[in-house]
Amino acid sequence: MATAALLVPRRKRRSVIPGFGLTMGLTVVWLSFLVLIPLAAVFARSAGLGWGHFVDVGLSDRAMRAYRLSFGGSLAAAAINSVFGLLIAWVLVRYEFPGRRLMSAFVDLPFALPTAVAGIALTAIYADTGWVGRLLPFPVAYKPQGVVVAMVFIGLPFVVRTVEPVLADLGKGIEEAAATLGAGRLTTFWRVILPEIAPALLTGFALAFARAVGEYGSVIFIAGNVPYVSEIAPLLIVTQLEQFDYEGATAIATVMLAASFLMLFVINLIQGRERRRLGQEA
Amino acid sequence: MTISIENVSKTFDTQSALNGVSLAIEDGAFVALLGPSGSGKTTLLRIIAGLAAADGGRILFGGEDVTERPVQKRGIGFVFQQYALFRHMTVAQNIAFGLTVMKGKDKPDRAARDRRVQELLELVRLPGLEKRFPAQLSGGQRQRVALARALARNPSILLLDEPFGALDAKVRKELRIALREIHDRVGLTSIFVTHDREEAFALADKVAILNLGKIEQFAPPQEIESAPASDFVRDFVS
Amino acid sequence: MSRAQHTARAAVGEPGAVRLVLILLALGWLALVILLPLFAVFAQAFARGWSTYRDTIAQPDTLAAIRLTLIVAAIAVPVNTVFGIVMAWTIAKHDFRGKDFFVSLIDLPFSVSPVVAGLCFVLLFGRNGWFGSWLSAHDIQVVFAVPGIVLATLFVTFPFVARELIPLMTAQGRDEEEAALTLGANGWQTFWHVTLPNIRWGLLYGMLLTNARAMGEFGAVSVISGHIRGQTNTMPLQVEVLYNEYNFTGAFAVASLLAGLALVTLVVKTALEWRHREQLAGAGH
Repeated sequence: MATAALLVPRRKRRSVIPGFGLTMGLTVVWLSFLVLIPLAAVFARSAGLGWGHFVDVGLSDRAMRAYRLSFGGSLAAAAINSVFGLLIAWVLVRYEFPGRRLMSAFVDLPFALPTAVAGIALTAIYADTGWVGRLLPFPVAYKPQGVVVAMVFIGLPFVVRTVEPVLADLGKGIEEAAATLGAGRLTTFWRVILPEIAPALLTGFALAFARAVGEYGSVIFIAGNVPYVSEIAPLLIVTQLEQFDYEGATAIATVMLAASFLMLFVINLIQGRERRRLGQEA
Repeated sequence: MTISIENVSKTFDTQSALNGVSLAIEDGAFVALLGPSGSGKTTLLRIIAGLAAADGGRILFGGEDVTERPVQKRGIGFVFQQYALFRHMTVAQNIAFGLTVMKGKDKPDRAARDRRVQELLELVRLPGLEKRFPAQLSGGQRQRVALARALARNPSILLLDEPFGALDAKVRKELRIALREIHDRVGLTSIFVTHDREEAFALADKVAILNLGKIEQFAPPQEIESAPASDFVRDFVS
Repeated sequence: MSRAQHTARAAVGEPGAVRLVLILLALGWLALVILLPLFAVFAQAFARGWSTYRDTIAQPDTLAAIRLTLIVAAIAVPVNTVFGIVMAWTIAKHDFRGKDFFVSLIDLPFSVSPVVAGLCFVLLFGRNGWFGSWLSAHDIQVVFAVPGIVLATLFVTFPFVARELIPLMTAQGRDEEEAALTLGANGWQTFWHVTLPNIRWGLLYGMLLTNARAMGEFGAVSVISGHIRGQTNTMPLQVEVLYNEYNFTGAFAVASLLAGLALVTLVVKTALEWRHREQLAGAGH
């Protein structure tokens, strides 16, 4: 890391507030110790594997199946969350009704509820004898679709909380403008509102997706964890570790980390573009 | 087209915003609604447009009762105070929006829409800017785009809410002249809201002065100056 | 008159029937996805009555898990609070190159799978890890022991306080601090008497989220703890252990304690959002 360059304050608008050296030093040390060095360890270990071996264990058949379930399930869950997250954000922002604030508070439950608790609860509900499982014509728990159910649960608040402030800031102006130009309500939604909130919706989708890809606790109980069928990538890491296969675990973790960084990059890109667009507007 | 406002009233919560307002506006007139903030002028304009509903009274366009007609079908053009341009659309797409959302056989084809956009850009003196986005325009240019967009469907009535409010003095003067020209050329009946006495008197054929939800006086500028109808009018215009 | 109102409202809103359908759909989805699991936890926990519930909780292993969870939170929350303030002070009150990059680094733990987070520390401190031989030579155990659990928890809760404070402190600017300095206060006095009172609710909010995550973390802790009953099981791990032993009532009983914690967190969080909106960074989590 180019920490030395980062340590130098900007010459021109140097802040007079004291404590820069001390707090920056502590920040760099703590960040390095707790986050950067541990993450670097994963990359360093997997670099030690050599490319051929890395591909063998990191991209094995079983691992590829696990990635497919993790990424495919996350895509499906993020898509479902985009639709219902937008609906919930819309209702919370636009309508006044009894229980609105309570509803808003409960949206954040997946942030607060420990994942293991969510996992066993969802399993109990969607098992064949569970409250919802018995009503459904097809099995959910212990199947790949169970994975998606858990991912929907943990991803929902990301979409709602990302879209909500943008929708609230949108104001009635452009909708009224569309109405005076003859556009009906649905046309206005599709052609005026949706394009305006699309960047936020996309960000929410990406956040929900990223969270679902790495999710472990809420998924493993409901997933069934059958290798090649309902085994997610994080679980495969754990399984490898329990068999003391550190190389396999590290290789898979490296692929997952690379995916996380890519997602982070994409999310920053979307938000950066959006900020620039709005900045010009003002 | 003539506009008749008959005994329109509107209450927000418990506060009365409009208190039995009546106005008769002739075809082709250019009318200013002038008053201090809170006088109800914007509320009146929004009721005429169909963006807000009156609690009582009637609105007639060309003798026809439009009180219950939704805003989409009133055939008006509306220029918003902050322009309310669609940020994700180009200038051309903004201007063509009213034509694109038309239904069935009324909807002009692409070539006709492009022609109309060009006509309107000429009219507001912005040729060549069709590919730009609103964020890339100056305040005065945005205002002109908003005007062109409002005129796309050939409305016979043009309503403007503080159309020059966000502009500096020089641009304001230029646009005033441009707006007056366009009004005369297109043959519109126009109503604009302003709190600026000088602007109202310079631009309008007739000025309606509002205070506390009532019309204090409705007359040509010279008449208001020579014969103010009330103490309020005398204070406000002096 | 009412028809006129209805017509004009349709210009910028939806007709009442559409509204109602959308509200019911949203409520229905929320009930299905969020409320039903929450309700299921309590229903299952009390399925065999209050006394069974009490006995399950009172088991020594469960009590040990509760104790360990409290210890871990009691370490992780203060440590990350202090460092969160330090990081926010650096970033919000000073100018330096690469600030945005720095902020993304602080947020990094949020985008890493908890399992990978746990693995990191196993690779560093495990028997085959970078520091493994040194640690075993000095008879210090990190992996499969409490220090590892604390480290993993610190990692996953790293960003909460800082990311709450950075936007807040940036928005508040530096005027008040600069005023204090001109009045002769030193850096510490400035922080204590000027900055801290201005950020206290935002700080509390960040600590609340840190605590919820610290007590509830599963994946990262699961990888590093070794699941030694009575010793390295936190409450979420105890839930898993009981569940895998088919002791469902027991698992849900412990889960209900954690769900209670989540509810308390939500209540305090909502109360903070209502009463101190101006001092919270808002929707970004």
